[in-house]
Amino acid sequence: MSKHYVVIAEVRSGQLRQVCLEAIEAARLTAEEGDRISALLLGHNLSEPASQLSRYVSGQVHVLDHPDLEHYLAETYCSAIIPVLESLEPCAIVLGHTAMGRDLAPMLAAHFQAGQISDVTAIHRNGSELLFTRPVYAGKAFEQKRFINGPHIITVRPNNIPPAAEAGSPGEIIQHAYTAPVNLRTIIKDVITKASGRVDLAEAQIVVSGGRGVKSAEGFKPLEQLAEVLGGAVGASRGACDAGYCDYALQIGQTGKVVTPQIYIACGISGAIQHLAGMSHSGIIIAINKDPEAPIFRIADYGIVGDLFEVVPLITEEFRKALA
Amino acid sequence: MNIFVLLKQTFDTEEKIVIQDGEISEDGVKFIINPYDEYAVEEALRLKELHGGQVTVVSVGPQRSAEALRTALAMGADEAVLISDERIPSDEYSLSVVLAAYLHKVSADVVLGGNFSVDQGSGQVAVRLARLLNLPHVSSVTKLEIADGKAKVLRDAEGDAETIEVALPALFTAQQGLNEPRYPSLPGIMKAKKKPFHQLGLSELGLSDAEIAPRTERISLSLPPQRQAGQILQGELKEQAAQLVSLLRSDAKAI
Ligand SMILES: Cc1cc2nc3c(=O)[nH]c(=O)nc-3n(C[C@H](O)[C@H](O)[C@H](O)COP(=O)(O)OP(=O)(O)OC[C@H]3O[C@@H](n4cnc5c(N)ncnc54)[C@H](O)[C@@H]3O)c2cc1C
Repeated sequence: MSKHYVVIAEVRSGQLRQVCLEAIEAARLTAEEGDRISALLLGHNLSEPASQLSRYVSGQVHVLDHPDLEHYLAETYCSAIIPVLESLEPCAIVLGHTAMGRDLAPMLAAHFQAGQISDVTAIHRNGSELLFTRPVYAGKAFEQKRFINGPHIITVRPNNIPPAAEAGSPGEIIQHAYTAPVNLRTIIKDVITKASGRVDLAEAQIVVSGGRGVKSAEGFKPLEQLAEVLGGAVGASRGACDAGYCDYALQIGQTGKVVTPQIYIACGISGAIQHLAGMSHSGIIIAINKDPEAPIFRIADYGIVGDLFEVVPLITEEFRKALA
Repeated sequence: MNIFVLLKQTFDTEEKIVIQDGEISEDGVKFIINPYDEYAVEEALRLKELHGGQVTVVSVGPQRSAEALRTALAMGADEAVLISDERIPSDEYSLSVVLAAYLHKVSADVVLGGNFSVDQGSGQVAVRLARLLNLPHVSSVTKLEIADGKAKVLRDAEGDAETIEVALPALFTAQQGLNEPRYPSLPGIMKAKKKPFHQLGLSELGLSDAEIAPRTERISLSLPPQRQAGQILQGELKEQAAQLVSLLRSDAKAI
């Protein structure tokens, strides 16, 4: 019998997130000939992202479009999603390992008494068995897991599984009515979207990261300029966050975000083991540090020994010329 | 206020990982309280200092986890509960069912956990538990204030800051920035020895093997390929900058 896969998609600043296409591809890698992949999208003003999604799924796009769903809230999202999922009877639910996916997936897993494999970076088929690779100890090791029985829930780490290609003909878009849950216990009072409009750190192809070497909040300016020229995102070491130069939301490492961009540029970062855990699977690592003995050089593909306040603007200028 | 903290013992973040006979070797490894859970313990102690009440730290894990619970007692927690049973699988489904069986029996006003554990990193157990207990939850909180039976929290959502109000009882997971955990004091360590420490197994919780049957399992482990040191560029800084850009363009085809 053909099975049904549901990808829970997500918009950020009105745009469909890239990780949704990677989640669709993950579903495809899991599915067999004849299985159907549908998407479920929640939020407000979704006509554009919904029609975009419809080009990638073989099943339908289920939409819950309501002002109450503009911002993710565990209670409202869960109560809106569960009836739709119950009617679709998916064998597997796939989400991005994003702020929303990380919060929503375990709730759905608990509700459906399902197994969940989080933060998947690769999927392999071994005969009829499916193996899911994920990092443990923040990427100091990897484990291969499988589901034993029951419904499957997976969250996929951005930037690791290639995005899905467009499917044959666009899938049908189905609108669902949203009714607010009775007895709502949580409410959102305020959202400060510090990160909107910027490239998301987890999904960025290029990350320019600063450490204690940037010396101040002001010191992040040249890094921000380089990131802007490259269309990348700015990250940081815990050293920089602890010193108050930037928000903890930017922290990369074992107790921060794990990123896997194509290019990682570490500026004024010594390369402590906890930091390496969060970035050492990046495609190309570039280190800029004035200390030639800094451990970061032991894992960097290209190193420049020098003062970052001199080097970063020079690189920015060269890229600006090269990309013009 | 009756506060429960979920706590896991993890490898010290300095540790290198060694795989031996298909398992992660624990030989000579230093263990700590999972850093995010440490923020949860600290926040629980602060809530108690402000509002009065009782802080209980709860861990599901091997016997060695007792050490992490004792550290939390020395920080100021009042009671510890170690749920240790070789039959408990390490699957997140099973762990959340075990914790729910325990927490169903108590009346918690606040349950605190860490944002995720730095070893398994799956971030499931606390949120699953909230659902199993039918408690509202807010994950990844960087500020928590309680008044009039409600909590006002700041939540970190990939850099965006959300202010959320939630009715108690509720569950929260701690994110970095929430507080600065205290160190156990010497008198704290002395007092910890006399504090209640409960040991529970599956039979005390009335759980059968079938009820906690895992949904996932690990098949194998591997280490990532070692990264080799690359090339340190030479010459004037301006030349190095130009060289870097051309290397990225030609060799690496990255730009
Ligand atoms: C439980 C725990 C968890 C942790 N988790 C993380 C984590 O998730 N992420 C993380 O990053 N760290 C983490 N750490 C901290 C980690 O151990 C290091 O302290 C931290 O990474 C150091 O940050 P840094 O490299 O920016 O600072 P430093 O180690 O102080 O290095 C600064 C570097 O900048 C260079 N420098 C200074 N000035 C300049 C200049 N003008 N130009 C060029 N270079 C310059 C210096 O040579 C030096 O190498 C954790 C620690 C613990 C105990």
